[in-house]
Amino acid sequence: MKIGVLALQGDFAEHVSMLKRIGVEAVEVRLPEQLNGLDGLIIPGGESTTIGKLAVAYNLMEPLREFGKSHAVWGTCAGAIFLSRDIGRDQPLLELMDIKVQRNAFGRQVDSFETDLEIDELFKTTGTEHPYHAVFIRAPIIESVGGKARVLCALADGRIVAAQQGHLLATSFHPELTNDTRFHEYFISLAS
Amino acid sequence: MEAKTGTWTEKKGLAQMLKGGVIMDVVNAEQAKIAEDAGACAVMALERVPADIRADGGVARMSDPDMILKIMEAVSIPVMAKCRIGHFVEAQILESIGVDYIDESEVLTPADEDHHILKHNFKVPFVCGCRNLGEALRRIGEGAAMIRTKGEAGTGDVVEAVRHARTVIGAIRQLQGMADEELMSFAKNNGAPYELVKEVKDLGRLPVVNFAAGGVATPADAALMMQLGVDGVFVGSGIFKSGDPARRAQAIVKAVTHYQDAAILAEVSKNLGEAMVGRNVSQMPEAEKIAGRGW
Repeated sequence: MKIGVLALQGDFAEHVSMLKRIGVEAVEVRLPEQLNGLDGLIIPGGESTTIGKLAVAYNLMEPLREFGKSHAVWGTCAGAIFLSRDIGRDQPLLELMDIKVQRNAFGRQVDSFETDLEIDELFKTTGTEHPYHAVFIRAPIIESVGGKARVLCALADGRIVAAQQGHLLATSFHPELTNDTRFHEYFISLAS
Repeated sequence: MEAKTGTWTEKKGLAQMLKGGVIMDVVNAEQAKIAEDAGACAVMALERVPADIRADGGVARMSDPDMILKIMEAVSIPVMAKCRIGHFVEAQILESIGVDYIDESEVLTPADEDHHILKHNFKVPFVCGCRNLGEALRRIGEGAAMIRTKGEAGTGDVVEAVRHARTVIGAIRQLQGMADEELMSFAKNNGAPYELVKEVKDLGRLPVVNFAAGGVATPADAALMMQLGVDGVFVGSGIFKSGDPARRAQAIVKAVTHYQDAAILAEVSKNLGEAMVGRNVSQMPEAEKIAGRGW
């Protein structure tokens, strides 16, 4: 099992170290040819505008779309934005997942927050039941899911913060900033 | 569980999202748009870039909140703003208008020559400058959630940025080779909190994100700092004091991503027009240097 982490900008090193902690080989991806031989890809948190511009500049858009058709891809925060079909503004998107996302949906940095989530499917897959502690940073929300995409987790007020579409995964929070490896294990189960 | 805001994880976490990116100084909404379009991961809103602060002289203070708010409206990326060292009321004002990060900066005229702001008192995260590991750990001890090596702002001369990055990273290496019983005297000799010295030894790096700043003017300068081991780069005067800011800004963004790929660095360094004129730090009178501000 070899997982790539898109390393154009953002907290890719944190994802690499989480993958290593669960015994998965991880490599940084900056150019299209580096997708060869990977079993899955994580698009990290960061600034989605920066990541999108660099993906366009280095001809990664089509190779990433192609990769996502047949491989597991997981986007956290900026990565979830990048995976989406629509964000209501003009910036490069992979349009792989049938989700509509709103950037900075909770406000500015002083509104960033941590909270516990109940994510049944995650608990089932990992055989655990304690709450998942999630870190949201200038986070987006998933406004709506369509097509084959479905809600994986929503906040108590109904706002969607995680969605899945087959082997594609989007979370508006940052599992890579915690010590809880369950989300990475869940993603690996999709890549297997 | 109730949602918690302003936690240490949140403060450090935003800086982690900026890693591998370029934070650009901008003085108005138009420059902020240029920076965002070029791929900046954040902007620093200020009335004058450091080169102009040097040229103008006088007291440099926090920028007009209205000007900062206009920049916040103009872009979707995080917006930082500077307050004077020790000027906690400027920091309260910046927090109240909702900036994403405060830079307690030596580029402005210090308001307190003995104390920095107790940054733990704020919900908004702070970045602070340092020239060595002791200074970095004192700032983190006060609550800075991100560090930048100071360099010598507004010069376009990278020599001080290199000196400060090497000094910090060299001290971390030295610390890793030390026995545990040697850590207390390291803490004493470097004026650093003991618990943080221990943490740095265990981690092999600073416990927060560390960017380079002060004198970065070219894609090669930015890649040099990345190869020395920093997490990202601040570019102040280097972009909007150059001949073609948009092009240079894009080139520096690409150079920070592909910092280890000399062929790409060569490509992005082509035809950038004039770099900022710059000032040679080694020929600058001591009194004009600002990196020494900070205690």
